[in-house]
Amino acid sequence: MAVLSYLEAIRETLRQELAHDSRIIIYGEDVGVRGGVFRVTEGLQKEFGEDRVIDSPLAEAAIVGTAIGAAINGLRPVPEIQFADFIFPAINQIVQEAARIRYRSNGTFGVPMVIRAPFGGGVHGALYHSQSVEAFFAHVPGLKVVVPGTPYDAKGLLASAIEDEDPVLYFEHKAAYRSLKGEVPDDRYLIPIGQADLKRQGKHLSIITYGLMVSYALKAAEELEKDGVSVEVLDLRTVRPLDVSAILQTAKKTGKVLIVHEDNLTGGVGGEISALISEHALFYLDAPIMRLAGPDVPAMPYSPPLEHAFMVTPEKIRDKARELAKF
Amino acid sequence: MATEVVTMPQLGESVTEGTINEWLKKVGDTVDKYESLLEVATDKVNAEVPAPVGGTIKKLLVDPGATVPIGTPICEIEVPGGVEESSASHSPLPTSQSAPLATEDHDRIEAPAPKVDAASAGERGRYSPAVRRLAEEHGINPGQVSGTGAGGRVTRDDILRASESETMIGAVSTSKAPASQSAGASLVVESIPAVIDEGDNVRPLSSVRKVIAERMVRSKQTVPHAWLMVEVDVTGLTELRNHMKRDFKEREGLSLTYLPFMMRAVVEGLRTVPEMNAQWNQDSIVLKKRINIGMAAATDRGLVVPVVKDADQKNVVGLAKATQDLVQRARSGRLTLDDLSGGTFTVDNTGAVGTVLTYPVINAPEAGIVTFESIVKRPAVVGNMIGIREMVNLCLSFDHRVVDGAEAGRFLQVIKKHLEAIGPDTSIY
Amino acid sequence: MLDKGLTPKVMLDMYYHMALARAVDDRMWILNRQGRAPVVYTSNGHEAAQVGSAFALNRGEDWICPYYRDLALVLAYGMTAREVMLHLLGRAEDPNSGGRQMPAHWGHAERHILTSGSVVATQDAHAAGLALASKVLKDGRVSVAYFGEGSTSQGEFHEALNFAAVHKLPVIFFNENNGYAISVPSRKQMAVQDVAARASGYGMPGIIVDGNDPIKVYEVVKEAADRARRGEGPTLVEAKTYRFVPHSSDDDDRAYRSREEVAEAKKRDPLVMFEAYLRDQKILNDKKLKEMQQQIKDVVNDATDYAEKAALPDPSTLADYVYSS
Repeated sequence: MAVLSYLEAIRETLRQELAHDSRIIIYGEDVGVRGGVFRVTEGLQKEFGEDRVIDSPLAEAAIVGTAIGAAINGLRPVPEIQFADFIFPAINQIVQEAARIRYRSNGTFGVPMVIRAPFGGGVHGALYHSQSVEAFFAHVPGLKVVVPGTPYDAKGLLASAIEDEDPVLYFEHKAAYRSLKGEVPDDRYLIPIGQADLKRQGKHLSIITYGLMVSYALKAAEELEKDGVSVEVLDLRTVRPLDVSAILQTAKKTGKVLIVHEDNLTGGVGGEISALISEHALFYLDAPIMRLAGPDVPAMPYSPPLEHAFMVTPEKIRDKARELAKF
Repeated sequence: MATEVVTMPQLGESVTEGTINEWLKKVGDTVDKYESLLEVATDKVNAEVPAPVGGTIKKLLVDPGATVPIGTPICEIEVPGGVEESSASHSPLPTSQSAPLATEDHDRIEAPAPKVDAASAGERGRYSPAVRRLAEEHGINPGQVSGTGAGGRVTRDDILRASESETMIGAVSTSKAPASQSAGASLVVESIPAVIDEGDNVRPLSSVRKVIAERMVRSKQTVPHAWLMVEVDVTGLTELRNHMKRDFKEREGLSLTYLPFMMRAVVEGLRTVPEMNAQWNQDSIVLKKRINIGMAAATDRGLVVPVVKDADQKNVVGLAKATQDLVQRARSGRLTLDDLSGGTFTVDNTGAVGTVLTYPVINAPEAGIVTFESIVKRPAVVGNMIGIREMVNLCLSFDHRVVDGAEAGRFLQVIKKHLEAIGPDTSIY
Repeated sequence: MLDKGLTPKVMLDMYYHMALARAVDDRMWILNRQGRAPVVYTSNGHEAAQVGSAFALNRGEDWICPYYRDLALVLAYGMTAREVMLHLLGRAEDPNSGGRQMPAHWGHAERHILTSGSVVATQDAHAAGLALASKVLKDGRVSVAYFGEGSTSQGEFHEALNFAAVHKLPVIFFNENNGYAISVPSRKQMAVQDVAARASGYGMPGIIVDGNDPIKVYEVVKEAADRARRGEGPTLVEAKTYRFVPHSSDDDDRAYRSREEVAEAKKRDPLVMFEAYLRDQKILNDKKLKEMQQQIKDVVNDATDYAEKAALPDPSTLADYVYSS
């Protein structure tokens, strides 16, 4: 078992999947010769050829629209949107077409494809290279939205996403690409989509989160442990469909829930989680459900102090969790 | 000059706190030693408390209506001839004699008032859904648990700790209840505050009302009530009573009511099913040796429950005399502390208010309470015929921690059988 | 003309499908005006373009990506009149959508008719994607996107044509230019005369064809398909035609075009012209026409009756097929 970065885990999975299933094609802007602006697809075109790792024109709607057609005609496309911030030109194809095709055709058509997109901030990417866009898609029945938080999960979830018969959005956090490292088995394995993972057991409060924030929450939990506060960390891994039973289980166990995401607060995934807990676990709650999320400003600014003020950090999580623990 | 601090006295065994009904002196008044200083209500008696020393009332530390634990300082009396204090401590008398209970002192304990603004109460009395659920499941009054959360909030973990702790006060324990908090105060803070609109009449609680409220809340919050009812044919009993009530009055000088018959039957039930004559004690059940039956009695000042001691030693006539005596003394306010304590079971003659079905509240720590509803003429099957019979419902609330429905049902069956066996020729002696 | 594979029998079959489409179309309007069908979208006037192109394809194997105007196309591509009526009336058995989509949102997986939504020009990218898969899988299929001239103003029209041309995909972009996007005339849609003129901007051939002549359409599409199969990339075909009735049963075309203009256009009714051509070629006579008309009448009556008797969807199926499992 090798220790891989989050990025390497994704690349190795793509390599393994391309070798495993000849129907898989990868395409997007700069994914071929250049190997992607983050080098996620580096070396794949050389290994699998220009027919399977394709540099596409700079047109997101076409990338997704053609992926839909290719999926219907027998391929397993894994298009990349260079930055999640650029996905909006394709939103009609994703939401109105990919998500609705199975439903509108009464189950006679399906769109098995995985749209990969780097997201998230803290990398001086400013407004259009820092966004978290998962909530837009988590709202849409017919889509699945996966946001892995560790190299191990990145691999198992990507393989599952590619095998899935439905359209999956797979969001990779840019700040996690090289900062997160972990052991990743060489062999192919699947992690079911829609299954959360309890990353840390605790008894005083639960942090429910996903993506980069998982590692941040774990860091905060370690610090709080020193103060005698025992924190449970639930990694959702998938924000649609949500693992409702895991959410309710941890909420019932600790009675105090802090939901953390980098995406902005209003209308974020946290609101849905909070509603689920209120509906189904009210009598286990010992404190108001709290949310720590990106502020409601249009997007993340560039200049470091502004960026830092926006970002959810381990320190902010620790402080918020401490406040909840004291309640 | 020296200052004597007067504390809340213990008025009766097992009493842990007292409510100040009324101050009989105000700040600046002189009081003689042994002169009545204030009136205190406990859940057992109302009593005037005499001053332990003579002197001038310096401070009244607790407002009327407030309930404080025994030993709490309630008043300061300046005693002449003591050690001279510095002139700085000679506070001028209040200028307004009509407002002796000025509220500037921070150490005063404020009387609970109907709260209009709940937020001002802090976190103590605000319980999370988890705390409410767990408190109910574990039979804990969260008002008696010390909170470790923000602003003294009682947390879920506080309740869980309390439920594990031996010293927890669950049901109202007769002998060792260390009330950590004013029950009256906790009663008020737990409840959802009333909405007071203009023109509403806000009537302060009388001490009896307060005690009743506190006991009812405690009973309903801590005792898992279960409920049963049986229907009893008392045609024979009615005939017997009608047949002999004139003679009885002449001979004994008092009316023959149904209550003593009922009590007699209950005694039979308690003898046969001793589990009903028991009390919950956290990790044990106490089966009471004596059978002392309380009888709920309505008075002008509210509900009281005087107790017929050793009811099992009395026949119907003896019970008639004992109940009559207690009722009369209750109505004239002459009940003693002893009259009101030691009950092991309660009978409530609800038929007197015309009901046919009641869900009575258990007088904790007793394990049960049975009501005797209105006797009504009803068609009933007797043998294979339909006849007009005198029918009555008996309703039983019981502590399901102590007994199950089987015992409770058996208990009612014994009473029913006993009452139905009474005929015109049954001896009441 | 006959050397292109168009035998008299095939031409009669083309005529049959054009006439069937017109009859089904007429029946749908009747059902709408009777209050039995909530809305109708027509192919009235477009029959030659649609049927001619369908016949040029390997029907059931090549992919077509229709839009709401394409009733005649889907009938020629193998959808039955019954299936059209089931769709119109929102019946459970509707193979297009099981009663989920509004009428004229075609889709038939078995017949390789791609499911369609309502936002125009999305199917252009789908057709390119289907062709991308054909290129990778070397399945020999051609994909055809059908669209009105109004939708060529959409960004996805541009993106799809560009993508297909760059990757030399086996796809045909088939424009049915009837001069109006509902009420907006094409001069307000584009500053060029012809949609086909745009092809050069993408590096593909742009062909203008008389959309009222099924044989000419057939020939053009046949050649575009052959090109595609040879790996020479996409073709943009513009079939000039006319819609003889309003955009839909909710539209009133008197608001935006004169009766004279419509009457003038009807002189070139593809059905009338093709009938005359077939008579001229001695392929069709009165007897044969009468037989065919009777057959069509029977088919349309049967389709209407069948669909009206067919079961409506069970409300319990509302949440079916959100996901594959």
